[in-house]
Amino acid sequence: MPGKHSILTATDLTIGYASKKKQQVIANEITIDLKQGKLVALLGKNGIGKSTLLRTLSKVQPKLAGEIVLNGIALEQLSAKALSQQISVVLTERIPESNLTVYELIALGRQPYTNWMGTLTEKDKEQIVMAIANTNINDLVHQRCDQLSDGQLQKVMIARALAQNTEIIILDEPTAHLDIHHKIEVFNLLKNLVEKFGKTIIISTHEIQLALQLANELWLMNDLEFVSGSTEQLIAADRLSSLFDSQFVKFDVKSKQFIRRT
Amino acid sequence: MTELKPAKSYTLTFITLTAFLLVCWLVNVSLGSVQIPLKEILSSFFGSTSKASWEYIIVNYRLPKSFTAILVGSGLSISGLLMQTLFRNPLAGPFVLGISSGASLGVAILILGISLIGGSMAGLAFSSFGLAIAASLGALLVLFAVMIVARKLKNTMAILIIGLMFGSLTAAVISVLSYFSSANQLQQYIFWGFGNLGNLSWTELALFFIIFLMAIGMVIGIIKPLNSLLLGENYAQSLGINLKRTRNIILIATGLLTGVITAFSGPIAFVGLAVPHLTKLVFKTSDHKILIPAVAIIGAIGMLLADTIAQVPTSAYTLPINAITSIFGAPIVIWLLVRKRKIHF
Repeated sequence: MPGKHSILTATDLTIGYASKKKQQVIANEITIDLKQGKLVALLGKNGIGKSTLLRTLSKVQPKLAGEIVLNGIALEQLSAKALSQQISVVLTERIPESNLTVYELIALGRQPYTNWMGTLTEKDKEQIVMAIANTNINDLVHQRCDQLSDGQLQKVMIARALAQNTEIIILDEPTAHLDIHHKIEVFNLLKNLVEKFGKTIIISTHEIQLALQLANELWLMNDLEFVSGSTEQLIAADRLSSLFDSQFVKFDVKSKQFIRRT
Repeated sequence: MTELKPAKSYTLTFITLTAFLLVCWLVNVSLGSVQIPLKEILSSFFGSTSKASWEYIIVNYRLPKSFTAILVGSGLSISGLLMQTLFRNPLAGPFVLGISSGASLGVAILILGISLIGGSMAGLAFSSFGLAIAASLGALLVLFAVMIVARKLKNTMAILIIGLMFGSLTAAVISVLSYFSSANQLQQYIFWGFGNLGNLSWTELALFFIIFLMAIGMVIGIIKPLNSLLLGENYAQSLGINLKRTRNIILIATGLLTGVITAFSGPIAFVGLAVPHLTKLVFKTSDHKILIPAVAIIGAIGMLLADTIAQVPTSAYTLPINAITSIFGAPIVIWLLVRKRKIHF
């Protein structure tokens, strides 16, 4: 495994939406220095801009200002194909209905590497089998995607991202619709990918307890600032309380969770 | 570890369908208002029939018509498939971009508008070539308008609505034109709307075929991005697909196919909508590598069958082809919906 170099950095990044007339800034002064092989949890309340940040980092949406550098190359200089070999995503949106089987869906993850017809080589098939084996979905392979439960589908989408064989995987609220069993299973699976393959995984989530237990690093977004740091550091510095700072909730450092303010 | 088979093989299905296509084609060529024995038809392909009139009918009428049916059927079905994949909408058909409305407008202006300009161009309106040119110009105009608006849009769904709006707009203009037209002109316009596969000379058919091949070439080039679109536009982009380029190629290929088809054969309904659904019933896949040839073959079969029925074999009548495709197309879509309760893209 290569040394722990900075894989993704952002300097003075401003994110938001731009139209001809005006810019709507969602967040600014974001600075990120992400090392390889980390599980990062992006925390913040609804509407704070977590998805916008993830979309900007994966170049789905243009940044407003600042700089994003991926493995030493500015994000805007990377071709779509080169980018697709370095970052894969799992989005919140549902995939459209189709006749796709689980295998076919995962195989689409190989598109950045296949020829113009999308023909799978032996190496592609190996990667697909590896992705299936590492997400515990062997028994689903021949099912149609629209017959899967939410929990199963989410594992399949992670397998697809894994088959894309990128250093970074970005997941936007991957556990949002899942029961507690599948929430923990997905987190464990991601943690395993970080430890086993040295993947760098960024997820946005509201599962704060799970995130605090498993994430190496936290990115916290609140109305005023963006803070990043190792999980222990941020807990010790009591930075989490600012996340949901309100008259209703507070962060309890001892139990590592948010509780009702009494 | 379970055994992994990447994809089912459809070779046998393809062979069966191709054979069926051949049979349909032969039946289509052998039936018509004049009865010609099958033996004579087969020998006419090699240039010898016992009657010169038979040979004339086969070479100059039935063969071009059957080839037109094949091109129209497969072209419309491929366009329908492209639109359903692009818009992820099972009700999208080849004409959602407003192309048939544009062609109708061109033809309406030619036939109905001539009374407003004067009689000097009247001769043009009665030639099939004049109609084809007017239809192409109208289709191109609307396609360009849709593409210019589409350039400003990130949202693909909006294109669907814009296509529909252009359709309403052209329908309104046609209504105004109709209001000021004579009964004679109206009848001619309505006849164009019936659709007609039998008007093409071999030269026109050759032009048709060249444009068809160009569009098919484009479609084959985007099979991979089409498959990635099955996951939605954002996932497709994350797989390194150039979304704008893919979208433009889909629009241009569909525009070429439906434009040339409408120009030469009129606005043929329902084939482009029903065939992709029917195909996905036979081929339980979403892979465009399989679906594109499959819809082409099934579309051609459907069009040949529709044309065979429209000729009302052994009678002197020919029913409007557009009526036949709708009479069979609409119940098929309803049946599919009831049977599956779910329609796939």
